[in-house]
Amino acid sequence: MDKNLNKIIGFLFVPCLFIMSCGTDDTQTVATFNTLVAEDNFDVDGQIDTSFWNFDIGDGSEEGIPGWGNNELQFYTDRTENVTVENGFLLITAKEEDFNGAQYTSARLQTKGKIQQRYGRFEARIRLPFGQGMWPAFWLLGDDSDGSVWPQIGEIDIMENTGDAPTEIFGTVHGPGYSGENSISKKYTLEDSRVDTGFHIYGIEWGPDYINYYVDNVLYYQITPEDVEEETDGSGEWVFNDRQFYIVLNLAVGGNLPGAPNAETVFPQTMVVDYVRVYEFTQSN
Amino acid sequence: MKMKNIKNINLKTICSLILVMIVLSGCDRDLSDEAVFATFPNTADIFTDSPVGLTDRFFISFDPALGANTEAFGTDDDVAYEGNSSIRIDVPAPNDPNGNFVGGIFLDRGEGRDLTGYTALSFWARGSITATIGLVGFGTDFEEDKFTVERPNIQLSTDWRKYIVPIPDPSKLVQESGMFVFSAGGLDIIDSVPNGNEIGYTFWIDELRFENLGTIAQLRPAIFSGEDLIEQGFVGSTRLITDLGATFNAPTGEDIMVIPAPRYFDFSSSNTNIAFVNELGEIEIVGEGTTTITGQLNGVLAEGSLSLEVLGSFVGAETPPERDPSDVISIFSDAYTNVNNLNFAAFNDQNVQIETQNFNGDQIVTYDNLSFVGLGWDGTEDVSSMTHLHVDVQLSSSETPAFTVQLIDFGADNADGGGDDTGGGFTVSSSELTEGTWVGIDIPINDFTEATAVFPGSPNLNNIARVAFVSNGSSFIIDNIYFYRE
Repeated sequence: MDKNLNKIIGFLFVPCLFIMSCGTDDTQTVATFNTLVAEDNFDVDGQIDTSFWNFDIGDGSEEGIPGWGNNELQFYTDRTENVTVENGFLLITAKEEDFNGAQYTSARLQTKGKIQQRYGRFEARIRLPFGQGMWPAFWLLGDDSDGSVWPQIGEIDIMENTGDAPTEIFGTVHGPGYSGENSISKKYTLEDSRVDTGFHIYGIEWGPDYINYYVDNVLYYQITPEDVEEETDGSGEWVFNDRQFYIVLNLAVGGNLPGAPNAETVFPQTMVVDYVRVYEFTQSN
Repeated sequence: MKMKNIKNINLKTICSLILVMIVLSGCDRDLSDEAVFATFPNTADIFTDSPVGLTDRFFISFDPALGANTEAFGTDDDVAYEGNSSIRIDVPAPNDPNGNFVGGIFLDRGEGRDLTGYTALSFWARGSITATIGLVGFGTDFEEDKFTVERPNIQLSTDWRKYIVPIPDPSKLVQESGMFVFSAGGLDIIDSVPNGNEIGYTFWIDELRFENLGTIAQLRPAIFSGEDLIEQGFVGSTRLITDLGATFNAPTGEDIMVIPAPRYFDFSSSNTNIAFVNELGEIEIVGEGTTTITGQLNGVLAEGSLSLEVLGSFVGAETPPERDPSDVISIFSDAYTNVNNLNFAAFNDQNVQIETQNFNGDQIVTYDNLSFVGLGWDGTEDVSSMTHLHVDVQLSSSETPAFTVQLIDFGADNADGGGDDTGGGFTVSSSELTEGTWVGIDIPINDFTEATAVFPGSPNLNNIARVAFVSNGSSFIIDNIYFYRE
């Protein structure tokens, strides 16, 4: 009897939620860490908050990884054409132009040494660009100030998309024994919606021995040390209990994953970020 | 038990209340009480296991007189993507006595449907071979064809695949009768030229319906194929906006291009004292000056435009004198009987823009940005008994022009090539050409002595097959090309 009732309530509750979700309410229920520790809502037009963000400039050569390690085609700048704040949104714009030997320009922001923590909830509300060759990402990199190098420092890709797949995003972890093409990843397909027509909320909740991935109201992936062990036949090492991670937001063009833009790719393309929020890890009961 | 029931009712009530409140607090501005519009059914399905809401005829073929095969259409109860039946189309071979292609429309059996709530027509299809269907779409009703949409050349798979025809602007479709249109001819695996070597095949269509897909986006409309054209025009003439397109990005990430009817667009002229555009995309030139023609589709500016420079009313070339027909071999003139099937560009450079226009029965041809062009026609002409070639030329560009007239003779074999072709040119002095003024040029028949790019000059005159014009990128209006004797 109780089971039946639950079914009935569930059945009724779903339409209720559905109706209410027509609004612009951003709240979602899959995340449980609610103590906000840092956020950028991009409220000041024309200004990137440098107490929050650093710019990565160039094509990666200065960092010793030309093409940023992925044969990416863009040159990152901090010019307004490539990165600015307008109407309460961060705009990262990929342009097709000859610039310092590159064919494209774009921008990459990160929070190294400014906003970084171990565990917690990292969330952003983003509208993505579209078209072959676009590769936007919202991700975390482990702090390497102790001299450790990737992939030992770990990488948590909260959201990546390739512009030729406008309904799909994927969440990924990279670590020793499972990096690059051998990273551990899951794809999520939006229901009757696209990444480039509206905003979606992309986030993780990360605690000791787990990372939960969500999009909007859907928790679609949990990754644990057991998963890493299974995926790597025991050779992979869980490096997500070790150190603080910082945020990276970027729009790459071309590279190993998406492939180069083609004749149909429309430029410029803009990744529009409504907010980035970081919440403290709280022990669940 | 009772408690639980009450709870249940309460939840239901809350849900209904929320629903009502949301409906009441919708963002759309309410229409005034007087504004009551007739609405038509918004039925989505067109064919599931049988036709849905279509006329009793179901399929209305294109005109059999044009080769449409009315026997090639049917349903198949052995093949279905879903359910138990599909539409089966047996594309005929080119020599099929019943017609060499299949195509037609499905019409709504009522007064039309309200499709404003949908974003696409969609269906599943598979082929017996991986042929290409020339056309699928909707909006064709064989009456007004007001809001047609055509998606050309969809490639079939031998397994079921879903195909989408995006609706360029659903708000236009308040009462649409044309539910589906398709056309298919044989598959040509040899030369892509319709010459009788195509083969027939079968394809099936199922689950044909309108859908409200949230995954079609990134509308990019185009007029003039997305080109920004610059042209000269004349008061009193008309010009059609051509090469309309609307490109969408599909859920698969691929771009889908459809050809919308002009009525989907909002065209505009930057100066309506110079020219204006109607809903069919017809530009009417009414005054002197410059204007730019642009288009919008569903609020998105179309790529491509036309900048019109209107210098004044068109003044035709002087009408050629009456002559005994035996004294004239006319290529292009409204005053004489011309050669058959004149081709204004039997060959041409890739940048020249060619257009014919008609002013009160006087047809002219314009060659803008001309490097070279050759006019051709059926057969060859023996002009050896003529004394002159006449051509009326009006320069329509401002740079110092170059203008050479060439004749090409195909020789005794009457065919291009074969080793017996000859040709030669006559250069008109640039000082003879004046922008905006007709100049009648009469070239003595034996004066085509200059070498061309191919021939040494002084062509034979018994099998003339081409009159060519060579320039330096200048623009010309041409009329009255004919050989005559004095």
